[in-house]
Amino acid sequence: MGFLGPLVAPGFFANQAVLFALFAGAVVAVVSGVVGTVTVMRGQSFAGHSLADIGSAGGSAAFLVGVSPLYGFIALNLAAAGVMDLLGIRRPRGRDVATGIVLGAALGLAALFLYLDTTTSSTTGVAMSVLFGSIFTVSPSLTPVILVCGVLAAGLLLLLYRPLILSSINADLAAARGIRVRAVGVCFLLALAIAVSLSALTIGAILSTALLIGPAAIALRVTKQTGLAMVIAACVGVVATWLGVVLAYDSYSWPPAHAGWPVSFFVVTLIFVVFAAAQLLPLPGRPRPKH
Amino acid sequence: MFSGFMLNAWAAGTIVAVVAGVVGFFTVLRGAAFAAHALPNGAFAGAAAAGLAGVNAVLGLGVFSLLGALTIATLGRRVRQDVATALVIVMMLGLGALFLSMTTEYAPQLFSLLFGEILGVSSAELLPTLALAVVCIAAVLLLYRPLLLSSVLPEAAAARGVSPARVQFAFLVVIALATTTAVPVVGALLIFSLLIAPAAAASSFTSNPAAAMMLSVLIALATVWSALALAYALDLPIGFFVGVLGAIAYGAGRLWAGLRVTRRRAPPADLDAWRPRTLIEPTE
Repeated sequence: MGFLGPLVAPGFFANQAVLFALFAGAVVAVVSGVVGTVTVMRGQSFAGHSLADIGSAGGSAAFLVGVSPLYGFIALNLAAAGVMDLLGIRRPRGRDVATGIVLGAALGLAALFLYLDTTTSSTTGVAMSVLFGSIFTVSPSLTPVILVCGVLAAGLLLLLYRPLILSSINADLAAARGIRVRAVGVCFLLALAIAVSLSALTIGAILSTALLIGPAAIALRVTKQTGLAMVIAACVGVVATWLGVVLAYDSYSWPPAHAGWPVSFFVVTLIFVVFAAAQLLPLPGRPRPKH
Repeated sequence: MFSGFMLNAWAAGTIVAVVAGVVGFFTVLRGAAFAAHALPNGAFAGAAAAGLAGVNAVLGLGVFSLLGALTIATLGRRVRQDVATALVIVMMLGLGALFLSMTTEYAPQLFSLLFGEILGVSSAELLPTLALAVVCIAAVLLLYRPLLLSSVLPEAAAARGVSPARVQFAFLVVIALATTTAVPVVGALLIFSLLIAPAAAASSFTSNPAAAMMLSVLIALATVWSALALAYALDLPIGFFVGVLGAIAYGAGRLWAGLRVTRRRAPPADLDAWRPRTLIEPTE
């Protein structure tokens, strides 16, 4: 590892929290890249972002009744995905409002649960740790959960790969071929809900959205082939996350506070810069349809 | 309930509800809910920066929400609007996290920017809030015709020389103004609920734009006033009541629209149903 000397501050690979952050970040980045590519194609970035915020309401409710926040996250996100579908997330016109209404109601619930949390146990940190959750504070005991959620979300998506992609590109054509477009859409929302629960809980809501949308948007700018885009998005996500962790580790010696700059800032900035630079590339052509 | 600090809360709530009702009508019509969520949330980075620089938080909110609007509009010309918005909100929140990490003091003030502090509104804050609200509503009324035309009939608007990109940018600036008006008094989460739910509910009751806008203001006012009264009576956070009452209003609107359709057998209120049916129906 000697060649990494100039880049990495001493003690990087000896630090348990850092190594686990690299592992958890990579799993989340891969799942987010795969799910995010379809999210961007379907124009459901708002839903993807909202689920991270909605989950925080579930997390604070779980805190209130004394179970692991993860269950609250997943339960509320799955419920929210169902309600979004009922309110009409399928139609482009109703999508925005359907997501917005669910998000607004969930934020109201979050305000209530957080208030009750603080009055019963004087912990104000729940909201902040969910919003700005740090990858360095991921508990290694979450490993099985991270892996199960990741496999579940990515597996559900790959299982539905062909009907999902077809109905994302052209819903009418998919329906004509006998695909149940609505059922496929609901399954995708459920996969999205699981993926976002996983990422928001382990790395916080900011990075959750950044890794879901950013790498996928970059990849889809480079290629129109969905499978390839998923691979590129996953790679971009992993590289951005790891670079962010390295920079955050290095930044402990930086001014002004010598307390380290947040990982989320580095990862988001890296993704944003690459995304802006990718806009300068020419648009990729569509691949020839294979018969 | 109508004395001292509560008087300020009623006044601030009323101002914000009127702004939210007016701006919310176009937010729902244009499908700009994500931007209405992103700008108030992301603008908190501006408040954090203002804290670092030692200037008024409202200035930071204003500058950052305008910068956010500009970036969404610029990126939105090249990529999908929702992707541009998602990247802008995470970039703003990332900057906010950075600024927060640079201050050593605990920041309950920033917490209140998210969840609002309507009961702590001082009389000195009311005048700037009112001034900003007047500017915001004046901007919407000034833009009323091009906004309406480009929202409903984009092609006709373009034919009349109304540039869709320019209208979109102008509207994002209006959302940024509403953000600067409302976030210091009611918080980012509450203003989002108020921008979406009342206007979405109103659109179920009438398709006349002026009537829908008036109704949206009335529903926003009813939501805020009942939420304030309930929060005062039950001693629970006002954000909870605004969120839930907004969802109930929207549900009532959908129910009304649904009942009207089954009674008259007329086409449903939403425009999607007017789309010509595809010749090939899905086979189950």
